[in-house]
Amino acid sequence: MSSAVIQPETISATAEERKWAIAKRYWYLVTLIVPAILIFSGVMAIETNSGQWLWLLTVVFFIVIPIVDFIFGADSFNPSKEEQDALKDDSYYKKILYAATAFQWLGLASMTCVVTQGDFSWFNILGAVLSVGAMHAVGLTMSHELGHKMNDKAQVVAAQICSACSGYAHFNIEHNKGHHKDVATPDDPASSRMGESLYKFALRELPGAARRGWSLEASRLKRQKRSAFSIHNELLQSLMITVVAYGAMTYFFGWMALPFLLITAVYGWFQLTMANFIEHYGLLRQTLENGRFERCQPHHSWNNNFKASNLLTLHLQRHSDHHAHPTRPYQLLRDYHDAPELPHGYPAMMGMALIPAAWRTIMDHRVVEWAKGDMNLVNIDPAQRDEIFRQFHNPDKSKAA
Amino acid sequence: MSFKKYCCVTCDLIYDEEAGWPDEGFAPGTKWEDIPEDWTCPECSASKSDFYLIA
Repeated sequence: MSSAVIQPETISATAEERKWAIAKRYWYLVTLIVPAILIFSGVMAIETNSGQWLWLLTVVFFIVIPIVDFIFGADSFNPSKEEQDALKDDSYYKKILYAATAFQWLGLASMTCVVTQGDFSWFNILGAVLSVGAMHAVGLTMSHELGHKMNDKAQVVAAQICSACSGYAHFNIEHNKGHHKDVATPDDPASSRMGESLYKFALRELPGAARRGWSLEASRLKRQKRSAFSIHNELLQSLMITVVAYGAMTYFFGWMALPFLLITAVYGWFQLTMANFIEHYGLLRQTLENGRFERCQPHHSWNNNFKASNLLTLHLQRHSDHHAHPTRPYQLLRDYHDAPELPHGYPAMMGMALIPAAWRTIMDHRVVEWAKGDMNLVNIDPAQRDEIFRQFHNPDKSKAA
Repeated sequence: MSFKKYCCVTCDLIYDEEAGWPDEGFAPGTKWEDIPEDWTCPECSASKSDFYLIA
C-alpha cells in the first residue's frame, strides 16, 4: 500500500505561461468583482427602473463564464517548487479574501435593499434570488479556502463570517472533518453516486451534511467537557452572526427582507450542493483488506483546468491537488494531467446537472471509462445498481490496472 | 521513554507514538521523526506537516 503523496507532473513553464502566472495574481481580484457586479446591477435596476438588471450576475455566472472558458481555454501553468515557496507566504492572497468577505455582506445588503425598496416583478425578483445565490456560491468557495487554514485563527474566523453570509454555519466543520475523511465513499453525504440525480443528491446531502456538522462539533466540545450548546460551539457562533445580520436587515428594510434573505440563502446552499455533486460523481475509493478505505488519490476527484472558472472558484477545480493537500493555499494548487477531467468548468457543469438526463449523457460514460467498465469499482446509487450493471458492466481485463 | 501524540489539523486523526500504526507499517513506539516526510494522513490524505503536537 502506498502512503506517499503523489505529485503532479512538473513541466518547465513557457514564456507565455510565465506571463500568465504574473497576470493571474491580479485576476484573482475576480472574487471582489462578483459582489461588485451584484451591487452594480442593483443600482442600475433602481436608476433605470428596469428589473432585468437583477439577472446580471446569474447571466455572468451561467453564460458569460462558460463562454470565456471556451475562448481562453486551459491554464497549463503549474508553479515550480521555488515559485510555490514565494507564493506560499504572500499575504496578498488571503487579504483579497478578507476584502471579498466584506464585499459579500455589502452585496447581500445592497440587493436586499434594492429588492425590498424597489417595485419589481416576481420574475425579476427571481433573477435577484439567483444572482445572490451565485454570489453565495463564490462566497462559500472563499469560506472553503479560509476554513481549511486551521493553523491561522484569523482565516478561521473569516471563514465563519463568510459562511454566515449565506447562513451555512456547519459548512467548514462538516467539510474538513467529514467530507475530507469520507470523500468518494458511500459513507459521504457530500459525494454523489452514479445514477443519482442532482435533486436526489440534494435531499441526501443537505440534511446529511448538517447532521454530520453538528455531530462533529458536539463531539469536539464533549472531548473538551463542554456542552454542545456552549459559547465555544463554532457552528452556533457562525449561526449567531447570521441571525443578528439578517435580523438587522429585516429591521432596516422591512419584513419582506426576511423571506428574500432566507430564500437566497437556501439557494446558495443548493449552489454548493451542485459543486459537491460535480466533484466526485461516481468515483469510489476501494476497501482494503484491513477494512479501511484506500487513501484519497488524485483519481478520486473530477478536475477542470479552464482559466476563467478556475479563477472564479479559487482553483477548486484543481480538485485532486486540493484533496491531496487540504491546507494548500489556492494560489499554489496544481493541475494533475492524468486525473479525471470534466469537459467544462463548474458553472457550465452546474447548469448541466440541473438537467439529469443531460448530466448522465455527459458523465456516465466518463465514469465507465474511469472504472475500465468494472462497475464494482464505482460509487453507485443503490436504487440504480441493477440497471447500471445491466447497461454498463463490461470489465475489460486487458486494460485493467 | 516518553511518547508523544500528533493530531491532523484537517480531520483530527491522532497518531500516538506509543501505539504506532501497524497497518501503516509503523510498529508500536515509532517516533514521529521516523515517519517518512511523504507519509499522509490515512483518513483525509493531509500531509505529515499538517499534524501538530498535542501531548
